[in-house]
Amino acid sequence: MNPPPDNTPAIEVFALTKTYGSGNTEVVAMKDVSLRVAKGEVIALLGPSGAGKSTLLTAMGLINPPTSGRITIGGRPVLDGPKPLVDLRAFRRHHLGFVFQKANLIPFLNAVQNVQVALEINDVPARAARRRALELLDYLGVADRANNLPSALSGGQQQRVSVARALANDPNLILADEPTAALDSHRGRQVMELFRKVAHERGAGVIVVTHDQRSLDVFDRTLEMEDGQLKSSQKPD
Amino acid sequence: MNLALHDIRHNVSRFVLTAVGIGLLLMIVLGMSGIYRGLIDDALVVVDHIGADLWVVQRGTRGPFAEISRVPANLEHRLRAVPGVASARTFVSHNVQREHLGKPLRMNVLGLAWPEDKGEWVNLIAGRPLGQPHYEMIADASLGLPLGEKLALGKDTYTVVGITRGMVASSGDGIAFLTTRDSQAVQFDQSGEAIRLERAARVQRVRVNDVGRIQPSFIERGGGPSSSIPALASPMVSAITVRLSPGVDPAAVAAIIAAWPDVSVHTRDGQEQLLAYGMIDKARRQLGLFRVLLVVISTIIMALILYTLTLDKIHDIAMLKLMGARNTMIAGLILQQALLLGALGFGIAWYVGGFVFPKFPRRVLITPDDLWGLAGVVVLISVLSSLLGIWKAMRVEPNTVLS
Repeated sequence: MNPPPDNTPAIEVFALTKTYGSGNTEVVAMKDVSLRVAKGEVIALLGPSGAGKSTLLTAMGLINPPTSGRITIGGRPVLDGPKPLVDLRAFRRHHLGFVFQKANLIPFLNAVQNVQVALEINDVPARAARRRALELLDYLGVADRANNLPSALSGGQQQRVSVARALANDPNLILADEPTAALDSHRGRQVMELFRKVAHERGAGVIVVTHDQRSLDVFDRTLEMEDGQLKSSQKPD
Repeated sequence: MNLALHDIRHNVSRFVLTAVGIGLLLMIVLGMSGIYRGLIDDALVVVDHIGADLWVVQRGTRGPFAEISRVPANLEHRLRAVPGVASARTFVSHNVQREHLGKPLRMNVLGLAWPEDKGEWVNLIAGRPLGQPHYEMIADASLGLPLGEKLALGKDTYTVVGITRGMVASSGDGIAFLTTRDSQAVQFDQSGEAIRLERAARVQRVRVNDVGRIQPSFIERGGGPSSSIPALASPMVSAITVRLSPGVDPAAVAAIIAAWPDVSVHTRDGQEQLLAYGMIDKARRQLGLFRVLLVVISTIIMALILYTLTLDKIHDIAMLKLMGARNTMIAGLILQQALLLGALGFGIAWYVGGFVFPKFPRRVLITPDDLWGLAGVVVLISVLSSLLGIWKAMRVEPNTVLS
């Protein structure tokens, strides 16, 4: 049975602003963005190109710190403006999962090893990591392709493996940047439903940047960005 | 999970080909060491095998290995009278080049002091030592003369009765062992016409001299063979080798001989030093410089290869960083590949060298020390060459994944 989304924040961001350059060449990519995503909640981040979606996502992913504002993940402050309050790489290792438009699987590792490596990076012993990786592949329906290299997997299968990799360390938050852009509509919807399943069953907050209007019913909430600002937040019908 | 091994397995053919290239470079480095060792070993082989404690040579010279040295053969008798001297023998050594079976045959002729020395001490691999005072020779296998082969040298023909292995001069030419008399006959051989002209010149010199006018029989003798003229010395030898009685201090005996105004004396160590660091010094330094150059080139090539391999993986490295991989894991991936590349290259160098080096015209001597030394160099250049790749990997930002 799927538990409903709880109110514990997976992530909270306060007044995030990101500027590039200075003086006459200053560009504001994101301005005064605040949001809160609960554990188990699946959020769609919408908006036209250049709206600042990816800037927000990379800021929340701790790979492109904001110029100002604060980020708290799982109740723990991690960034105060550009200043890290924790070891960001270690924090990513333990608490964040990423999925991208391209699966970005490591080409010399097979499917199970691609998941396993995320666990081993987190100091899980090799045998336990393999067992857990196989469980995740089974959970995502690609266990039968566990020993295939990424080049032998379809786009949908690769994306499933990348979701499995993102889930490997039971993260508080999964950030997905246009994960279905390279997939047909059927497989795209499957992946979106997968995010919903993961969020609801595993209690992770999921934020998905997408242009795909057809799968919005999968999400608990949609956020829309424009010109670097959060314009609206609504629940789909 | 060893990422380095997985990556190598994924691109095994490229890795092996690269290792073959590195291996061949390292083989040349190893070969340079081997040629250098071979030069020294070849240079010392005669001194080591003769085993003389002292070398008595022409005054003011460094001996036959460094320059022309001529001392009278009868010096050996004088040396035998020195306290502490157990034996003294003549030493004759010179190079000859002849045509044999339509090919040039270059050899170092070394005289054995018959009958005391029949060549029992040489590395015989076939045949026997000299059995008679004339017309026999022991030849090194590198000369390509089989047992029983007959070789014309000067006015005489010599039969190969023994074959040695590894007996070469510092020039790398195989040594032919003859008796001292025979080697002198080869060395001082002149054509019949040259002898006739010398005798005529000798007669003319006596004829215009008071001695010839007072003693006409001198003119008659002057036209005969040199050996019948007591005033003419017998041919000179290159050096006299001296062996000392057990327990005798070589320095003490050398001091006695050094006081003689007509000769110089060198210890065995002195001759070895002269050969190793005098005769072949330039070749040694040249090879050393080549070796350094090759190591530098190998390092640069390896660094570029590893850098390229790293560039190929930049996206994957960025992804690993995004997932939170530690720098040690990423540096380890590159360093392990560098070490594996170096290790495989070293193995290839060793294995291929084992087939190639024996076919070289000069000896390529690979010692365990050289192998360990090269292994150390390979580890060093592997580490150094991985630094460029590691530096690049460390600079990769995780958000490269998004690009």
